[in-house]
Amino acid sequence: MRRALPLMSMIALLVPGAVLAQDAAGAPVKRGEYLVSIAGCHDCHTPWMMGSAGPEPDMKRALSGHPQDLTITAPASVSPPWSGAMTPTSTGWSGPWGVSFSANLTPDPETGVLRDFTEQQFIQTMRTGRHQGQGRQILPPMPWPAYGKMTDDDLKAVFAYLRQVPPVKNKVPDPLPPKP
Amino acid sequence: MAKVIAIAERVRSSRRHRSIVVGAMLVLGFGVLTSVSAVPQPATDNPPPTLQDTGLYADFDTLQVNPGHLAFAPQYPLWSDGATKRRWISLPAGAAIDGSDPDAWVFPIGTRFWKEFSFNGQKVETRYLERKADGQWLYAAYAWNADGREAQLVPAKGKRGAYPLAGGRSHTIPGVTDCKACHQGGLSEVLGFSTLQLSPERDPRAVHAELRPEPGIDLRALVDRGLLVGLPQNLLDDPPRIMAATATERAALGYMHGNCGHCHNDRGSLQNIGLVLRQDVGSADQPAVASTVGQPVKKPAPGQSPDAVLRVEPGHADRSGLTQRVSSRYPALQMPPLGTELVDDEAVALLYRWIAEKGASAQQAHLDREGR
Repeated sequence: MRRALPLMSMIALLVPGAVLAQDAAGAPVKRGEYLVSIAGCHDCHTPWMMGSAGPEPDMKRALSGHPQDLTITAPASVSPPWSGAMTPTSTGWSGPWGVSFSANLTPDPETGVLRDFTEQQFIQTMRTGRHQGQGRQILPPMPWPAYGKMTDDDLKAVFAYLRQVPPVKNKVPDPLPPKP
Repeated sequence: MAKVIAIAERVRSSRRHRSIVVGAMLVLGFGVLTSVSAVPQPATDNPPPTLQDTGLYADFDTLQVNPGHLAFAPQYPLWSDGATKRRWISLPAGAAIDGSDPDAWVFPIGTRFWKEFSFNGQKVETRYLERKADGQWLYAAYAWNADGREAQLVPAKGKRGAYPLAGGRSHTIPGVTDCKACHQGGLSEVLGFSTLQLSPERDPRAVHAELRPEPGIDLRALVDRGLLVGLPQNLLDDPPRIMAATATERAALGYMHGNCGHCHNDRGSLQNIGLVLRQDVGSADQPAVASTVGQPVKKPAPGQSPDAVLRVEPGHADRSGLTQRVSSRYPALQMPPLGTELVDDEAVALLYRWIAEKGASAQQAHLDREGR
């Protein structure tokens, strides 16, 4: 027993430290999960379906964007005073900009939009509203002006969370230009 | 502004709060489209409210530029829809640029740059950069009124419709965020005032080349005036020029350096793309060729033709990803993605000639290998 005491003491000292380290490592992911849940990301990036109590996000396809099998070929035709329309999935949006489709944010190596993004590029994308921070404009209704006000740490947490959600293979179609 | 949505039948039957959330998203989205608001960036100081207050002019009534400021012209200018440009730099008295790293000059605190944009003889905007005491660059743009007598600070989000262009398009004065998207894409935030751009070994075939304005600022002139220190002597003895197989290739690579390299380089945020169009004077190889010719398109942009599987396919400019994007002004496809509304036809023609050349040389190399 006397021999075991130093070992037990060491374990007693080390284990909480290890747990703390683990918590610290997982903290950004938990923070990111929280932010994604309250910032409305699922409102557009997770396809909605009709549930028993009305429309609800299909969490089996969480954050996978506009379903590839829901084909849309032209902007919606609406008459004034209407200016836009959306699909029942809440993933396809028609407006003066044409048609935009919400991106697949899961880490699928073939179809996930963030597969080529670095953390820095993700932050810059939210700050500038441009693809990878410097490229083409992100289309409405992505509310990047609001998300761009997040702190660097919050955006890093969102990115960390998105990098580890279950990958969903879903090739989101390209946006459509507005009617001439 | 109508702020409404059309919702499919089964969604219409859903709970009201859901519609409100979705409607709010569309309203926000429409707002984003119409205003293209920029996220406020940390500013070290407020820009002066008028161009006059920046100190560009000795006499604003006669628009006489302060003779202490130096006019200059880069050898590979940025395409801005055919705008005529004038540029000036002002260094604080007794201060000099540190050229020790010839690919990333360090400018002294207090350095100021101006770039004036005119269309058809009418001044439209003047952009302004100033290095502040904390080392950060201040970005501002000033819009001229119609009679060219007054230039007021443009809001940070920029200004659309600043001047009508062909095809119903118009010149946009970029917002601060868009300015930074390019200017902060590499090692130095100053893009057109650099070792290669001011080399006395100017490219006679550069697209949209401009004559050097008086007093003829180049590397030698800067060093002689004590305004540039630390530049390696070999760059004065043997002024840099782009390494290229032909004169056409030199001009093509120069064009891409001046128009694409500020984002597409191996030092900035987009380095993971592996497209290096910036020309480093210290480089012994030619990454702009190595990263384009025969290299696969990694991820086709929306609207890109499926036959564009290579960034540059020798002999086939029409199905090269690079030329497809430079030739487009569809917003999701066009390159550069901002700062231009009209295709640069002269540049496209140059790139076509270059890619044709690459095809001919590849064919000749094949014949040589076959012993024919």
